[in-house]
Amino acid sequence: MSDVKVKEVLFGPIFTNNPIALQILGVCSALAVTTSMQLSIVMGLAVAFVTGMSNLLISLIRSQIPSTIRIIVQMTIIASLVIVVDQILRAYAYEMSKQLSVFVGLIITNCIVMGRAEAFAMQNKPGISFLDGVGNGLGYLVLLIAVAFFRELFGAGKLFGIEILTTVNEGGWYVPNGLLLLPPSAFFIIGLLIWALRGWKKDQVEVPDFNISAHTVKEAF
Amino acid sequence: MSNKETTSKTLIVAFLLCIVCSIVVSASVILLKPIQEKNKALNLKSNILAAAGLLVDGATGEEIETLFSSIKPLLVDLDTGEYVDPGLVGKEEALDYDQRKASKDPKLSSVITRSEDIASIKRRVKYAKVYLVEAKGKVETIILPVSGYGLWSTLHGFLALESDANTIVGLGFYEHAETPGLGGEVDNPRWKAFWPGKKVYNLEQSDEPVISLVKGAVDKSTPNAVYSIDGLSGATLTSRGVTNLVQYWTGEQGFKKYLNRLRKGV
Repeated sequence: MSDVKVKEVLFGPIFTNNPIALQILGVCSALAVTTSMQLSIVMGLAVAFVTGMSNLLISLIRSQIPSTIRIIVQMTIIASLVIVVDQILRAYAYEMSKQLSVFVGLIITNCIVMGRAEAFAMQNKPGISFLDGVGNGLGYLVLLIAVAFFRELFGAGKLFGIEILTTVNEGGWYVPNGLLLLPPSAFFIIGLLIWALRGWKKDQVEVPDFNISAHTVKEAF
Repeated sequence: MSNKETTSKTLIVAFLLCIVCSIVVSASVILLKPIQEKNKALNLKSNILAAAGLLVDGATGEEIETLFSSIKPLLVDLDTGEYVDPGLVGKEEALDYDQRKASKDPKLSSVITRSEDIASIKRRVKYAKVYLVEAKGKVETIILPVSGYGLWSTLHGFLALESDANTIVGLGFYEHAETPGLGGEVDNPRWKAFWPGKKVYNLEQSDEPVISLVKGAVDKSTPNAVYSIDGLSGATLTSRGVTNLVQYWTGEQGFKKYLNRLRKGV
């Protein structure tokens, strides 16, 4: 495998082929965990670990997997990895795991993991599959961090739990935007980020599915 | 390579995969269990300290252990309100007694009749574990375990009272699964700050608990303000659950007899 390919596979998903911004996968967990930077980073790393390892393991046994049960095999491997990650977090990052609660378990249903396993790991060698998984996990992480930056800074006036804008409740001047702490705000921010990204990289703009034809009905009078 | 699409091959792959995955999963669970248990115990202790207002922000595990060592756990017989020896439940120390486990043990608990079970906890323990904070040989704070059903889940927490066995020092929950942002606001420090200074009983009238959560904000001018707490907005059922569980645990079925004895000074 050439150097160019490695770079493309590992760093491509960050901007040119971002799983959230371009493929619009894994949005649900992005809405839930982006209230703070810390949570987003832990969640992003957990997803990167799971996608990387599941891609590696699935790619290793790809020639042995009967096609009739391949989805189940992928799910079993992904689910086992997620349980392991959840257990590790509970042991070494107890506070984090309490806040992430069900969302670590729900990595199983994150379409990015399954999507990469089915689309990439089933056809490629283990090494490059692992990098592809890590790369997509990183793409997810980067977008999560970007969303969390806006949500934590303007929703709570903090970054990494450290006061940046002193809020009114603490005797400062900043009136926090409560909407940003609620999941819907992540929709707006992700939407704006996609807009910005496609303004920068024009090739990501999709061809419209249909064109609205001109209004032909004559007005009355 | 043999054909991988045969039935026998499918079964073999599925079987081996299940074996390997179950070994990995169970190994991680078993190997990490001691650390997780320690975290859980520490979390419980820091919640006890937090209810009593003793927890400093950002305390490390060791600091929590030292702070906690000054707290005395004791067992109380809920029927008589007297302290009992931990030997009665087969433990050497009161600290080792697991009240939540005991509430499922038919030998250590009994079924609560429907009409009395306002907190919806179904079974009542015979012995409850209380924690006392003492200074110069005198009781300063009494920490009582409380639990009860909210909207989705049983809330488990601690209620801390001052030495008059009436004025509240704090209330905190260490385990619940209420809706984040609505019922989950029981964890919000700003809501918890409403509790200190409130009173459970109106002792001039009776020894039944009168404290309750009210809809909206408490009107400070009414005489009942000291027995009322702001309800959680958007979480009527969780608020009702909190009222019920506090009233249950400070009432006849709960610690009422024990607290009466404390007030009489016996």
